[in-house]
Amino acid sequence: MIIKVDVDVCTGCETCVDSCPHTAIVMEGDKAFINEYCQVCRICLSTCPEGAIKEIGESMQKKQDDFTAYKGVLIFAEQREGKVTQVALELLGAGRKLAEKLDCSLSAVLLGADRGEADELIKWGADTVYISSGDELRHFNDEPYAAVLTSLIKKHKPEIILAGATPIGRSFIPRVAARLSTGLTADCTSLDIDAETRDFLQIRPAFGGNIMATILCPNRRPQIATVRPRVMKKGEFDEGRTGEIIEVDASGLDSRTKVLESIKEVSEVAVNIQEADVIVAGGRGMGGPDGFKLLEELAEVLDGAVGASRAAVDEEWIPYSHQVGQTGKTVCPKVYIACGISGAVQHLVGMQSSDIIIAINKNPEAPIFNVASFGIVGDVFEVIPLLTKKIREAKGL
Amino acid sequence: MKIVVCIKQVPDTSEVRINPETNTLIRDGVPSIINPYDLHAIEAAVRIKEEGSANVTVLTMGPPQAEDALREAVSMGADEAVLLTDRAFAGSDTWATAYTLAKAAETIGFDLIICGKQAIDGDTAQVGPEMAEFLNIPHVAYVKNIEKINGGSLIVHRLMGEGHDVVEASLPALLTVVREINEPRLPSLKGKMRAKKVEIKKLSGDDINADGSLLGLNGSPTQVKNIFAPEVKKDRKMLEGSPDEQIESLLSELKTLKCI
Repeated sequence: MIIKVDVDVCTGCETCVDSCPHTAIVMEGDKAFINEYCQVCRICLSTCPEGAIKEIGESMQKKQDDFTAYKGVLIFAEQREGKVTQVALELLGAGRKLAEKLDCSLSAVLLGADRGEADELIKWGADTVYISSGDELRHFNDEPYAAVLTSLIKKHKPEIILAGATPIGRSFIPRVAARLSTGLTADCTSLDIDAETRDFLQIRPAFGGNIMATILCPNRRPQIATVRPRVMKKGEFDEGRTGEIIEVDASGLDSRTKVLESIKEVSEVAVNIQEADVIVAGGRGMGGPDGFKLLEELAEVLDGAVGASRAAVDEEWIPYSHQVGQTGKTVCPKVYIACGISGAVQHLVGMQSSDIIIAINKNPEAPIFNVASFGIVGDVFEVIPLLTKKIREAKGL
Repeated sequence: MKIVVCIKQVPDTSEVRINPETNTLIRDGVPSIINPYDLHAIEAAVRIKEEGSANVTVLTMGPPQAEDALREAVSMGADEAVLLTDRAFAGSDTWATAYTLAKAAETIGFDLIICGKQAIDGDTAQVGPEMAEFLNIPHVAYVKNIEKINGGSLIVHRLMGEGHDVVEASLPALLTVVREINEPRLPSLKGKMRAKKVEIKKLSGDDINADGSLLGLNGSPTQVKNIFAPEVKKDRKMLEGSPDEQIESLLSELKTLKCI
């Protein structure tokens, strides 16, 4: 299948040329032409005002298999040091919504933890928990985790699988997807079901987080997605909820990797930034490390933490542990103050669920204002010290 | 020891903007670069070579202009460069990309494969571990330190969010590396000279014995349904007046909302 310009319809307006992330559209005379650099990403299809760009040939593979054998939503419930992690509860919240739309059950896989934790998962919304408490699963190791999860999927055939986009999920879930010859979508920020086809709609930032894309896995099952911590809301906790706990035999696991030692280093910054009620974050507009001193002062009067955009971290004005966004931390404080941050999607997905967002930027067109509750167009070097001073006064400090 | 480093040429996404009216990416003047994480992968491989003996082959899959990225890698110290290029690869998702790279790595031969932890255009971090599965070798992701390599195994440190694990893996193996692992060098003059002259080996789908039905768009389980600009918040309020007045009105709003 290829993408072609219908030269009879093309008016030569060049709108499509800039839309191509692969610079595969060039002008030949007064008509657009798609050359061999085309990666069939389809972005240009919707940009042509005349509808002159078309897919030629067989557009999609036909559904070869009958998918009726696949039913149910399964989440991978990650544990650390024997305790179910928050992201597992968030996945149960997201998984429950999908299960309701599909009218199916919600199950969870729990590896290397005790039965008490399985009870927790049921109270948080799981109908069934598959548990294996084996010692070799206590600590995360890619190959045993991939082996147990793959065999459970083959046996129970869920149509959708969700896992946390954590160092664990992002490391071993790709092995599972490769082994099952099915699709995997990373770091989804929103999930839905196509009511007509029952296809799983997986929405994520694309192209460096400058735009959102809806991803489908139409011809393979199961459909697998990872979701970052703190993106989804936890489900309802019900102390009296009951469900089924099924022990899974996980003996005879092989692994070519071995964890020799596990060293815990809790970064105070990382904890602060994820638990702070107020985050004062800075971007390229802060100009340098000195700009971040202003942010520290403001954060201090608000008892908050300092965050940063990728641009500021790349410039090495502040360590990576402060980074908020798709490739940093996802946060949802009560108040997020974005200073000199333009607001690339890759940053927005990490903070837009904050209760109140205050944006300070000298460019009134900056996309950050699109998600802001309150916007101040102004010079950060003037506004921030003034804001710090006034809050200090108001608090009688 | 034979090391294959997988790299990707990406648009410098920090330069990409979106046109809110047409909902399209504005790529005017956006330069193509080696994915920044991959620079650390190249550096890690070159250091192994310098400390012992190794042959470093840098591998990329992409359109013909990706040759520039390979030459840059050679200028940093890679020995050989392989460009996987074929119309049949177009439209590959992570699964099909991993399959194709795995077939190429098999063709080239390797003891160790090093990748960057993810590419900045897609940010999925999936291709490395998927490739390891296709090759039936172990992998360690998020490696921040290669402690030692001896005989048939290596010991590395991987980031785990709250600390790190010391992991031993048997060779052959695949690693994905994070920024903390090293500081990539700048190309030397000698390296640049070599990069100009080095022969870029080109491989097609046939050359790597790939199953054509598993390549490109047709071999990709996932498909992009549509793309769209992120939503605009409806209740936003732009504050007006002098900086002083703006801050006063902000503080009174925050007081009403009981935020301060």
